[in-house]
Amino acid sequence: MLSSVLIANRGEIARRVIRGCRALSVRAVAVYSEADAGWPHVRDADQAVSIGGAPARESYLNVDRILAAARETGAQAVHPGYGFLSENWRFAKACEEAGLVFIGPPWRVIQQMGDKVEARRRMQAAGVPVVPGSEGALASLEAAVALADRIGYPVMLKAAAGGGGIGMVRVPDAAALPAAWASAERRSQAAFGSGALFVERYLAEARHVEVQVFGDSRGEVVHLHERECSIQRRHQKLIEESPAPALEPGVKAKLVAAAVAGARAVGYVNAGTMEFIVRGSEFYFLEMNTRLQVEHPVTEEVTGVDLVQVQLRVASGEPLPWRQDEIVQRGAAIECRIYAEDPAKNFMPSPGTISRLMLPEGPGVRLEIGVAEGVQVSVHYDPLLAKLVTRGATREEALARMQAALDGFVVEGIRTVIPFHRRVLESAAFRAGRVHTQMVEQGAFNA
Amino acid sequence: MPEDVKAHITGVVFQITSKAGDKVAAGDPVIVLESMKMEIPVEAPRAGVVREIRVAEGQTVQDGDTVAVLD
Repeated sequence: MLSSVLIANRGEIARRVIRGCRALSVRAVAVYSEADAGWPHVRDADQAVSIGGAPARESYLNVDRILAAARETGAQAVHPGYGFLSENWRFAKACEEAGLVFIGPPWRVIQQMGDKVEARRRMQAAGVPVVPGSEGALASLEAAVALADRIGYPVMLKAAAGGGGIGMVRVPDAAALPAAWASAERRSQAAFGSGALFVERYLAEARHVEVQVFGDSRGEVVHLHERECSIQRRHQKLIEESPAPALEPGVKAKLVAAAVAGARAVGYVNAGTMEFIVRGSEFYFLEMNTRLQVEHPVTEEVTGVDLVQVQLRVASGEPLPWRQDEIVQRGAAIECRIYAEDPAKNFMPSPGTISRLMLPEGPGVRLEIGVAEGVQVSVHYDPLLAKLVTRGATREEALARMQAALDGFVVEGIRTVIPFHRRVLESAAFRAGRVHTQMVEQGAFNA
Repeated sequence: MPEDVKAHITGVVFQITSKAGDKVAAGDPVIVLESMKMEIPVEAPRAGVVREIRVAEGQTVQDGDTVAVLD
């Protein structure tokens, strides 16, 4: 087993990884920016190293400073969390070259799955259905027009080098394509240094369902069932749950089989997520997240598995601790992401000081929280403050516990999305499991 | 009559998209703020000419701060 791990992250996920380290008697080293000096993740760790200024590029994205901190503290391994450097193959490679274990897949796998065109190609070769679209990056606007005519509108223009919704443009019809092409090309060039674009059919009112996978260095790959993540704003998730309610019969079995086949085909090691778009009985590969997912607690609550501990074990060279048939999905779990955003103002960020904090508790309630009363929620980072997770023997029980927990969660001094979550949980469509990724933008849960 | 263009959110000035002397229409972005990984334009409240920009790139501004003045 590894003896020490540096956590190259902050907030709730840094605390979550520190807890996993503690359980296995692994020394946990935190890093922090100037803005985070008094934050809980710094206090939780066995040792903490200041790595630079508040802007992320000076600290949590600063590879040299993070590697130096690992050297100074004698850390053997680096856990990247999610966001920041977690899907940056150059960082994973730099860790390897510095003699550090990167807790995640090999850097070549991160590189392949980060190239969206390459990922599509590899999944297709593995027999995983991909959204109908271009085989590779398109040479010109004319090529895009010809292809869009063939697959049918609406289509989605996407950056080949991209991710996170950047450079993604929905095109309703042929007339809108030239302007959309120019805009997506410009944004992709600015964000990723490449204007290469590809086209996919746009599936309106579809669901986002993903499968947790786990591989070890012996080539074994298992799945840990699915998560439903359709409640989103700006292509980012707000609510996740497992099992996915109201899937058509047979879809789940096909999804998990495709996820395992895809992960095996790329030689996947450690925790990862295969994301799919689902409409009725159709499903297609969207992308693979080559890291621990924000919403991993939902899977932990229904399987009883501690994913972070298994990440540490697999990174130490141990085999997976379970066979596929030993991973059973029991009951139901749901997660509400508590963001510092104002749902009444179209989810605008709401930085500031938390003047009062009251936390929910009760049976089946789990809280992953990065903040404390009195901390200043900075403009420099992601607005995720906490993840509130409840489980129950049934979905109804998990939802009822979530409603009670939301009522007991008080954050003052800044706005949060708690009122939005209350409305979602009261909505008839959500309660029936009738969800799709455009519901929030369509105003389905407006006050 | 001069009119202040005010930030409606706390953030860091990401980009200055206009300069003194520029003609702007109502709703045109005058500067762009970055807050919590989002880019948020601060728009001209009405048509006019930019008299002055009061912030610099990288500067932190608070909700309600004046970032520019229109003539």
